[in-house]
Amino acid sequence: MIIKSQKDFFSGLMFMAAGVAFAWGASGYPIGKGARMGPGYFPLVLGVLLAVLGALITFKAMVVDTVDGDKVGRFAWKPLIFIIAANLVFGAALGGLPSIGLPPLGLVVGIFALTFIASNAGEEFNFKEVTILAAILATMSYAAFILLLKLQLPVWPAFVTA
Amino acid sequence: MDLFNNLALGFGVAFTLQNLMYAFIGCLLGTLIGVLPGIGPLATIAMLLPATYALPPVAALIMLAGIYYGAQYGGSTTAILVNLPGESSSVVTVIDGYQMARQGRAGPALAAAGLGSFFAGCVGTLILAAFAAPLTELAFKFGPAEYFSLMILGLIGAVVLASGSLLKAVAMIVLGLLLGMVGTDVNSGVARFSFDVAELTDGIGFIVIAMGVFGYGEIISNLSKHESEREVFTASVSGLMPTKEDFKNMVPAVLRGTALGSLLGILPGGGAVMAAFAAYTLEKKTKLRPGELPFGKGNIRGVAAPEAANNAGAQTSFIPLLTLGIPPNAVMALMVGAMTIHNIQPGPQVMTSNPELFWGLIASMWIGNLMLVILNLPLIGIWIKLLSVPYRWLFPSIVLFCAIGVYSTNNTTFDIWMVGIFGFIGYVFIKLGAEPAPLLLGFILGPMMEEYLRRALLLSRGDWSVFVTRPLSASLLLAAAILLAVVLMPSVKAKREEAFVEE
Repeated sequence: MIIKSQKDFFSGLMFMAAGVAFAWGASGYPIGKGARMGPGYFPLVLGVLLAVLGALITFKAMVVDTVDGDKVGRFAWKPLIFIIAANLVFGAALGGLPSIGLPPLGLVVGIFALTFIASNAGEEFNFKEVTILAAILATMSYAAFILLLKLQLPVWPAFVTA
Repeated sequence: MDLFNNLALGFGVAFTLQNLMYAFIGCLLGTLIGVLPGIGPLATIAMLLPATYALPPVAALIMLAGIYYGAQYGGSTTAILVNLPGESSSVVTVIDGYQMARQGRAGPALAAAGLGSFFAGCVGTLILAAFAAPLTELAFKFGPAEYFSLMILGLIGAVVLASGSLLKAVAMIVLGLLLGMVGTDVNSGVARFSFDVAELTDGIGFIVIAMGVFGYGEIISNLSKHESEREVFTASVSGLMPTKEDFKNMVPAVLRGTALGSLLGILPGGGAVMAAFAAYTLEKKTKLRPGELPFGKGNIRGVAAPEAANNAGAQTSFIPLLTLGIPPNAVMALMVGAMTIHNIQPGPQVMTSNPELFWGLIASMWIGNLMLVILNLPLIGIWIKLLSVPYRWLFPSIVLFCAIGVYSTNNTTFDIWMVGIFGFIGYVFIKLGAEPAPLLLGFILGPMMEEYLRRALLLSRGDWSVFVTRPLSASLLLAAAILLAVVLMPSVKAKREEAFVEE
C-alpha cells in the first residue's frame, strides 16, 4: 500500500473514526421515523455520511498522485505541550482542583504560572525577561479585567484573603 | 423614504457617547489584535467576545462589529509591512503590498488599503440598509423546508468557495454539524453524546471551539515556524499620501473591488476571502496603463482592489445574518453565538421587534469604518511598533487573553479543559491540511438544521418530497446543485485549483 497524500490519508482516517463513533453513539438513542425523528436520527445520518466521506478521502489519498506526497511533517510537540499545559495550569490556579486538594490560587498566581510555562514554548527562555513580562501582564490584567470590566475572578489565593 | 428614516433611527442610536465609545474601543482592540501576524478576525473576535458580555446588547454588537473591521484592517497592515497575511482575506494584499513596502512606498499602500476599505464600507452599509427590509419580508415567507434548503445552499457555498480540497471541507462541515449535536436534544430531552458529564448536557460552548481551534491551534502552529522567517519594515514608512498618479489608478480599482465584494459578500459562503481573491484576479485581467508597474511588482491596484472588496464583502455578509438569521460564513457564525449570548435570536424578527438594535448596528458599521480610517492612518506608527515587538513576548499575552476569555464565559474550569482538548484538535487539523472555518459554520448551523428538518418533515408527515415541491425550497436546492455541479466540472475544477494555487 502506497500513501500518495499523507495529509489526506490521515485526515480521512480521522473523519472515518469520528463518523463511526458518532453513528455508533447515535444508534443508542431512539431513532424514530422521518415524520417523528428521535434524538438519534440526524446524528446517525450525519455520522454515516462523515464515515463515507472519510473513506472517500482515504481512498483518494492512495490513488491520486501529489507532487511531494503531502507530508504531514513533524509535530511541534514542544509548543503544543507547553501552550496547552499553560492553559490547564491557569485554569487549575483560578478554580482550584478539589480532587487533589488544590485551593483556588487566584489570577495573579495563575498569570505568573501561565507566563512561565507558555514562554517555554518559544525558542529562547530568559528568566529575567519572563518575570518582567509576567509582572506587566498581571498588572495590566488586574486593571483591565478586574477594575475595568469587573469580571468575577479570584485575584489572590483563597487562603490569603480568607 | 423608509431607508432614510431607518438610517436616521440607526444613527440616533449609534451617536450616543456610550455607543460611539464602544465602537471606538472595538475598532482599537480589533486592530491591536488583528495586527498580530497569524491572528485573523475569527480568532480576534473569539478572544475579545468575553469582553463584551457585561455590555448591553446593542453596545456589545456595535463593539463586536468594530472588532471585526478592526481585525480585518489590522490584517492588511501586517500583510503590507511583514509579508505575512494577518488573516486569510489579506493573502492577496501581501503580493503587491509587500512589494510596495520594499520600494519604500508602504505609506501609499497603507493609505490605498485604508481609503479603499472606507469607500467600500460606505457602499456596503448603504446596500445593507437598502436590502434589509425587502429581504426580511421575503424571510417571513420561509417555512422550515425553505430554511433547511437555504442552509444546505449556504453550506455548499461555504465549501465551494473555500480553498483546498472539496471533500475535506464537506467532511469538516459534517463534523461541525455533529459536534453541534452534543448536548440535550430540545425535542426529547435526551442528553446526546454527553458521557454523563453534567457540563456537556448544555452542549460544547462555541467559544471553546473557536478559541481552541482558531486561537491555540494557530499560536502553536506559528510557534513551530522560525522567527527569522519574518521581516518587518519599520523604518521605511514615510509619506502616507498616494500621488496623483496613484489615485488615478486606484479609483477604478476600488470601484470594481467594491462592486465585486458587495456581490460576493451576500452569497452564502462568500464573505471577505473570496471577494479579495476575485477582485485581485479581475484587476490582473484588466489592462495595464502605460507606465504602470506590473502586478506582483508593487502595483497599487493590487492593494486597493482586494482591500475594497474584502471590506465590502465583510459588510454585505451581514445581510443573510440579519435578515434570515443564517450566518453565511464562520465570522458571522461567531456573531450568531454572540447574539445568542445576549438573548437575541438572529432572524427576520430582529428588525421588527428590535429596530433600535438592527438599525443601530447598521449605522455603527459605517461609524466603525470611519473610525478605522481615523485610527489607522495617523496611528500607523504605533501599529508598526507593535509589529516589532518580539513574538516571544506576544504569545504568552495571547495565551493569557484566551485563557481569561474562556474562563470568564461560564466561570467554570471545565471550559478550560475543553479548550485544551480543542487546541490539540485544532493543531491536528492544521497539520492535516483541514480548513477549520467550515467546522465552526457547521457547528453553529447543526442544531438549527436539525430543528428545521424535523419541523419540515413533521408538517409533511414524513414526506421528503416537501423540499422539492415547494417552489422556494426547490429553487434554493437547485441553486445548491448547480453550484456543486459547476465546481465539479473538470474545466472549472482545474481553474479553481489554479486560482487558489497561483498566488
